[in-house]
Amino acid sequence: MNSQTNLSGARVVHRSVSASARAPSAQNDALARKMRRRGQKARFSWLVPTLYIVFLLLPIYWLVNMSFKTNAEILGGFSLFPQNPTLRNYMVIFTDPSWYSGYINSIIYVVLNTTISVAVALPAAYAFSRYRFLGDKHLFFWLLTNRMAPPAVFALPFLQLYSSFGLIDTHIAVALAHCLFNVPLAVWILEGFMSGVPKEIDETAYVDGYSFPRFFIKIFIPLISSGIGVAAFFCFMFSWVELLIARTLTTTDARPIASVMTRTVSASGLDWGVLAAAGVLTIIPGALVIYFVRNYIAKGFALGRV
Amino acid sequence: MDKTWNNKAWFLVLPVLLLVGFSAVIPLMTVVNYSVQDTFGNNVFFWAGLSWFEQVLNSSRFHDALVRNLVFSLTILAIEIPLGIFIALNMPRKGWGVPVCLVLMALPLLIPWNVVGTIWQVFGRVDIGLLGRTLAAMGIDYNYATNPVAAWVTVVVMDVWHWTSLVVLLCYAGLVSIPDAYYQAAKIDGASRWSVFRYIQLPKMHRVLLIAVLLRFMDSFMIYTEPFVVTGGGPGSTTTFLSIDLVKMAIGQFDLGPAAAMSIIYFLIILLLSWIFYTVMTNYDARR
Repeated sequence: MNSQTNLSGARVVHRSVSASARAPSAQNDALARKMRRRGQKARFSWLVPTLYIVFLLLPIYWLVNMSFKTNAEILGGFSLFPQNPTLRNYMVIFTDPSWYSGYINSIIYVVLNTTISVAVALPAAYAFSRYRFLGDKHLFFWLLTNRMAPPAVFALPFLQLYSSFGLIDTHIAVALAHCLFNVPLAVWILEGFMSGVPKEIDETAYVDGYSFPRFFIKIFIPLISSGIGVAAFFCFMFSWVELLIARTLTTTDARPIASVMTRTVSASGLDWGVLAAAGVLTIIPGALVIYFVRNYIAKGFALGRV
Repeated sequence: MDKTWNNKAWFLVLPVLLLVGFSAVIPLMTVVNYSVQDTFGNNVFFWAGLSWFEQVLNSSRFHDALVRNLVFSLTILAIEIPLGIFIALNMPRKGWGVPVCLVLMALPLLIPWNVVGTIWQVFGRVDIGLLGRTLAAMGIDYNYATNPVAAWVTVVVMDVWHWTSLVVLLCYAGLVSIPDAYYQAAKIDGASRWSVFRYIQLPKMHRVLLIAVLLRFMDSFMIYTEPFVVTGGGPGSTTTFLSIDLVKMAIGQFDLGPAAAMSIIYFLIILLLSWIFYTVMTNYDARR
């Protein structure tokens, strides 16, 4: 009520006196009101993000909780905390080759894919951000369609393509297949970052007698190193989270952890504890680096367009 | 930025062209090839014309999956976009709360998709899950494996859990780019909370919101892993979306012809959507 009257009073002041000639008291009044409003807002606005974060963390908490329980405890009782915390589930994963090799396989093809994607995307992104050339817009659009293409459409053709090259169940097959959506992603993100670097830098370097490769490696790459980091992170992430293509192209030797996890049914039923522990371990890579890319997450997911 | 016309730039693009061409064009050609041929086995193929396309376009199975997928996409958009805007508006702008919010909110985005499925699978189970147990204790009949409504609610809530943060982060990026002077001017004019939102914040978020809507629509339109892990497309086929149906047809039943024809139709829809996305994007870039 009080703030309401204040507000209308201020409006009268504002209308009767021109802005430049406003009395200092009115200015102070406005400032005080603003601060009061901020205070009121701040008292309740923290509630919304907090509730949302609780909603986000609750299912993850449950998974972590389960990963420290024995199967008997998971199935037998219901408790918010593990009664007898055990590391057995993690021990199973770290000692059983069929489990830990899943992680190794995943990491091998993800790293391969990230390296290939960023390496080929760098010159292409530079071309798109600096030059106009025949068919550039069509090409850029075509790249986008590959990022947007449903992996389900490509699963079967990939299976046949890579089996005709004898590459089924190899890491390189999955790495190459994931290039389908990761190379366009890397090109778009890097193009976004490169367009933020003024063109004068290139021109100055060329005037100073730098050749293109030397300029690119010595000057340009250090300038967009954060962009490269973000692009690499997103290639890593999207290759890491993908299941359909990775599962289709592998059988035993290069089987990714995601695919191992979908078949935890053993003779004694589902091993929930180990499944939960495996899930927790797959979250860790993302959780470890998330702090470093926190300001670029929106940009990366939006293909460098924010 | 002014760009110089230089066709030599093609050499810089060539590696990308070859690599993506290898993993996109060749598979697509295979699909086109299968979509117009039929076989009796032994790798003997004969021309089938457009009969597979007619079959797929007339089949109720495809229609149902398409409608299901559209309903799903529109539902999650209707929830995630307003919710995302609301949360972004209430996020702190400075102080220690900013990195905490950003990191915690981004966490679901970085979880492997099948683990997202696993998380909700165990979270929702009536016998061992926190959610399932709680709902059962409240007397609500909830079992996503047998009850279609429960399965749908689980898949939608899971997607909201998984992807709302993307909308939040995009909107937040749009909001922090608004200069303080705008808010001060609004304060002086005595603008209400709603007018500040309607005339200052919403126009400034226009661009990021468009990206958010398009990305969410396209990604939900090809959703596969999460519902596959949680419900496997069931109960019955109530959560069988386009991708799940296609994989069932292509790799499960090995129906190459119909699967290929469906792939092409699916891909054309995606192509149209990508074109809308691209046009919107380049228009904005040009105006910038």
